[in-house]
Amino acid sequence: MEIPYTVKPRPDTGLYNAKLGIWLFLASEVMLFGGLFSAYILLRVGADLWPHGMLSIPIGTFNTFVLIFSSVTIVMSWASLKLGKLADFKLYMALTIACAFGFLGVKSYEYYVKFTHYDLWFKDDATAQKYFVAAYGEKGEADVRKHFVERFHLQNTKATYDPHEVQLVGHIEGNPLCTTLKRLAKEKQDKILFTPDPKFGSHDHPKAIEIPLSDVKRLSAYVPAHSTFFAIYFTITALHGLHVLGGALVLCYFLFTADKWWKKAPEQFANRIEVGGLFWHFVDLVWIFLFPIIYLL
Amino acid sequence: MSHDHSHSHGPGEACGGHDHDDHHSPEAIHRAVKKYKMVGAVLFAGTVLTVAMYYVHIPSVAITIAVALLIASVKAAFVAGVFMHLSDERKMIYGILLCTVFFLIGLMGLTLWAMHDPPMQTLVGGKPA
Amino acid sequence: MQATTSTHTQEAHSHEHHHDPGFLRSYVFSTDHKVIGIQYGFTALAFLFFGFLLMMCMRWQIAKPGVPIPIVGGLLESMLGDVAKGGVMSPDLYNAFGAMHGTIMVFLAVVPLAFAAFGNYVVPLQIGAVDMAFPRVNMASYQSFAAGGVVMFVSFFIPGGAAQGGWTSYSPLASVIPTNGQTFWLIGMVLLITSSLLGAVNFIATVIQLRAPGLTWMRMPFFTWAQFVTAFILLLAFPPLEAAGILQLVDKVFGSSFFLPSGLVVSGKPYDVSGGGSPLLWQHLFWFLGHPEVYVLILPAMGVISEIIACNTRKPLWGYKSLVYSVLAVGFISFIVWAHHMYLTGMGTKISTFFQTTTMIISIPSVIILTCLFMSLWGGSIRFNTPMLFSLAFLPMFGIGGLTGLPLGFNFSDLHLHDSYYVIAHFHYVVAPGTIFALFAGIYFWYPKMTGRYMNETLGKTHFWLSLIGMNLVFMPMFFQGLYGMSRRMSDGGATYALTNPANEGVVTALTSTVIKLNVFITHAAVLLLIAQIPFIINVFMSMFNGKKVESDNPWQATTLDWQTPTPPPHGNFTKEIVVYRGPYEYSVPGHPTDFTPQNTPDPKPTK
Repeated sequence: MEIPYTVKPRPDTGLYNAKLGIWLFLASEVMLFGGLFSAYILLRVGADLWPHGMLSIPIGTFNTFVLIFSSVTIVMSWASLKLGKLADFKLYMALTIACAFGFLGVKSYEYYVKFTHYDLWFKDDATAQKYFVAAYGEKGEADVRKHFVERFHLQNTKATYDPHEVQLVGHIEGNPLCTTLKRLAKEKQDKILFTPDPKFGSHDHPKAIEIPLSDVKRLSAYVPAHSTFFAIYFTITALHGLHVLGGALVLCYFLFTADKWWKKAPEQFANRIEVGGLFWHFVDLVWIFLFPIIYLL
Repeated sequence: MSHDHSHSHGPGEACGGHDHDDHHSPEAIHRAVKKYKMVGAVLFAGTVLTVAMYYVHIPSVAITIAVALLIASVKAAFVAGVFMHLSDERKMIYGILLCTVFFLIGLMGLTLWAMHDPPMQTLVGGKPA
Repeated sequence: MQATTSTHTQEAHSHEHHHDPGFLRSYVFSTDHKVIGIQYGFTALAFLFFGFLLMMCMRWQIAKPGVPIPIVGGLLESMLGDVAKGGVMSPDLYNAFGAMHGTIMVFLAVVPLAFAAFGNYVVPLQIGAVDMAFPRVNMASYQSFAAGGVVMFVSFFIPGGAAQGGWTSYSPLASVIPTNGQTFWLIGMVLLITSSLLGAVNFIATVIQLRAPGLTWMRMPFFTWAQFVTAFILLLAFPPLEAAGILQLVDKVFGSSFFLPSGLVVSGKPYDVSGGGSPLLWQHLFWFLGHPEVYVLILPAMGVISEIIACNTRKPLWGYKSLVYSVLAVGFISFIVWAHHMYLTGMGTKISTFFQTTTMIISIPSVIILTCLFMSLWGGSIRFNTPMLFSLAFLPMFGIGGLTGLPLGFNFSDLHLHDSYYVIAHFHYVVAPGTIFALFAGIYFWYPKMTGRYMNETLGKTHFWLSLIGMNLVFMPMFFQGLYGMSRRMSDGGATYALTNPANEGVVTALTSTVIKLNVFITHAAVLLLIAQIPFIINVFMSMFNGKKVESDNPWQATTLDWQTPTPPPHGNFTKEIVVYRGPYEYSVPGHPTDFTPQNTPDPKPTK
C-alpha cells in the first residue's frame, strides 16, 4: 500500500504532503531567523554605540537584485514545467542556480574585504596622536577623527563617543586574513606595515607607516570578535549563505535528474520543483529583511 | 466538491482530470507568468526605493525604522503572496503561519520588555531607598 | 522481537515483493516507522541508563564528599585520568556529570523515548496510516539523533572533558571555560535539534494528511492529539535555541561577544573580547525553548496514560473534549511563560507579573487534564496489570510534581526556592515518577504488539513497587532540603556550607546536620532505585524469547486502530483498507456484544 496524497492533494486540506511539510519547515525557519533577528534587536538596543556605514551598500544592493532575479527565474522554471516545456525549465533553473552561486561569490568577496581590513587601537592617546599625524598630516588628523565619530551617527540616545578613543583603520602589508596580536606574536613579528584608509571624501591612500606592535593595544580585522555588530552580521549572513548553498545544491540535483524524473513521474517532479521553489523564495524573503536591517538601518 | 477551492495540486495534464479547475491550464499559467514578471519588477523598484531612502536623512529614528520595515514587508508580501502562492493557499497554512508570527512577536516583544523593565524599588536597611 | 517474530511475515512478504531488502536496509537504514521507533527506543533507553549511572556517581560524592567511589571510581580514573584521581570525582568532573546528566536525560533519553520512539511506532498505527508522511526524512531524523548522541558521548573523553556549565549552559561561564566540552555540546545540540525538527514536521504532516477515512479530528485517540501538540511545540520552540546555540558556538570558536558583557573579568584578568553582549539574551533564548520543552516531556506521557487507563478501566475517557481543548491550550500558552525561570535576573514588577499570570493560567488546562484522567477511573472495571499500575501511580506523582511547581511560579516564593533542591525535587517528580513511569507503562503496554509476547507480570510488578518506593524516597526529602536553603549543583553535597564546617560557626543560614544527613539517605534510596530497574532490564530482553505468547492480535482488547493490526504489524501496517466508524473509546457501550468496539468495526451486532 502506498502513502496517499504524495502527488494529488487531500481534499479537505487541499494540500499534497510535501507542500504541507515544506511550509511547516519554513515556519520553523521563521523562528530560527526570528531568533537571530531578536538577538540583533536586543544587542543593538542595549549597545551604547552601534556602527553605521561599515558595509558596502552597492554590493549589498547588487546581491539583492541577484536574489530577486533568481526568485523570478525559479517561479518561471516551475511555470515552464506546468506548460510542459522541459527545455525552458532547464534554462530557468540553470539561471537560478547561477544566481545562487553568483550571490555566494559576491558574498565571499565581501567577507574577504572585511577579513583583510583592520582596526587598530593604540595604547594611549599620545601614541595615537603621533600615528594619526604621521598618516594624515597635522591638518588632516582632526578631520579624520571627527568623521570617524560620525560613523556612529545612528547610535543610541545618551551615549557619547570620545574622539580620543578613535581607531586607525586600514590594511596590513601582505593583506593577511584575520590576524591578531596573538598570532603575530607567535609568528615572531614585532611590527607591521600599515596603510591607513583615505580621508573621507578623498581617494588618496596615505603612505604606509611602520607601527611597532608594542604601541598597539588591540588589533582586529572586521571579524566576529571585533564587535557585536560584526558578530551578528557575519552570523546572520553566514547562516543565510548556508541556506543559499544548501538550496542551490538541491536545485542542482533537480536540474541534473530532470530528464529522468520528467519521464518517470512528471506530476511529482513539478511538485518537487514547487516545494524547492517555496524554500528558495523563503531564502529570498530573509534577505529582503536582512538587507535593509543590517546594511541600511 | 471543492474543485473550485482546491488549489495547489499537480500540473493540469491533458489526459484525465475531470475536477481540475482552471488554475493550472495553459492560459492560467500564462497569466500567472505575466504576474510573476510584474512582481519581479515591483521588487526591483522596491529595492531601489529602499536604497534611495537610505540617502534621505529622516530625523526620527522610529520613522526611519518604520519606513524601512514597511518597504521590506510590502516586498515580502509580494514574494509570499504571489511567488509562494500564499494568497491562494488554504486555511491550514495560514493557521500555521499565524501561530508562528504570534510566537515570534512574543519572543521579540517579551524579551525586549523583560530587558527594559528594571525593578523600580529597592530596599535599603528595610526601608525604600 | 522484531527480528524473531517478524521473519515469518517478512518471508511471506518476500514471496510477493520479490526483493528481500537485506539486513542493513531492514534494520539499520530502514525507513519503516516501526523500525525507526524501535531504534529510537533502544537508543533512548541506553542513554536513560547511562544518565542514571552518571547520577549515581554524583550521588556518591554528595553523600560522601572526598571519599573514593567503590569499583566505579577506579574505572573512572582509568578512563578519564586526573579528574577522577584516586577514584574521587573532582568538582569539575562533578559539574560535567551534572551538566551531561541533565542534557542526556532531557534530550537523549526522555524526549526521544516519549516523542520519537512511541510516537513513531504508534501514531501511524493509531490513525490507520501506512507509514509516516516522509519515511526518508524519518530515517534522517534518527540518524541525526544518533550522531548527536555520539558527539555528546564522545565529549566525555576529549581533553578537558564534557560541558560543565549545567544543561542550561549559561554564558559567560559556558563560553569562558577554556576546554572544548561546550563546543561539543553545542554541536551535539545542533544535531539533536535538527533531528527533532525533522521529526516534528513528519508528525504534523502525518496526522493532518494521513488519517484514515472516517477518522475525524474528534475521533483521534488522545495519545495522537498529545503527540500532535508536542510536535508543534518542538517545531516552533526549538529554533530560537538553535539560534542561541549558533551564537554561543560563534562566541566559543570565533571569540565573539554575543553573551559576554563589557568589562568581564575572568580569573582576575580582563577577558580579551570585544564585550557589548548580553548574558540575559542567552537566558531568554534558552528558556524560550526550555519551558515548552517541559511540556514536550509531559504531554506524550499523558497521552500514553490516557490510552492505558481507557483500556484498563473498560470505559471511555471522561471529558474527551476537555482533554483535547486543554492539551491545545497547554501547547499554545507554553510559549509565553518562559521567564518564570528567570525571576532572579532583575526583571521589574510589570514583566514579572505578566509571566506569573501566564504561568498560573497554564496550570488550569494541566489540572483539567489530570482531573479528567482521575475521573476516568470512577466506576471503571479496573484491571491491575503492570501498565495500569504505572499509569495509576503517574496520577498522584504528577499531582505532587505539578502542585509543588506553584511556589516556583510565583516570584515572591521563588526568591527563596530558586536554584535550590526544591526545584530539583519538583522537576524530578514530574519527569521521573511522572513521565518515566508513563513510558514504562507504555513499554509494558505496547510490547505485546511489537513482539507478540507479554512481558512477565511478576518482574513487572516488582519493578513497579520498588521503583515507586525508590522514587519517593529519593525525591521527597529534597523538597525539605531545598526549603532549608540547600543550593543545587554542589559537588560536596553542601559540606562547605554545613554547620559541621567550623568556618560556618554562628552562620544562621548554614545547613543543619539533618539536611546533610538526608544526603546519605537519598543516596541509599537511589541505590534501591537502581536495583529496582534490574527486573525491568531482564524482563525486556528475556520476554522476547520466553514471554507468554499473546492469544490474539488484540491482547488487551483495546479499541484503537493500533490494536487492529497483525502482530507485529508488517510493512504497510494493515492487511485491509481501514475505515473508521466511531470514536476511540467505545468501551462497555450498552447494546454492543462485547465490552469494546474497535474504531474500524462498522456495525456491531446488537445483543438482542
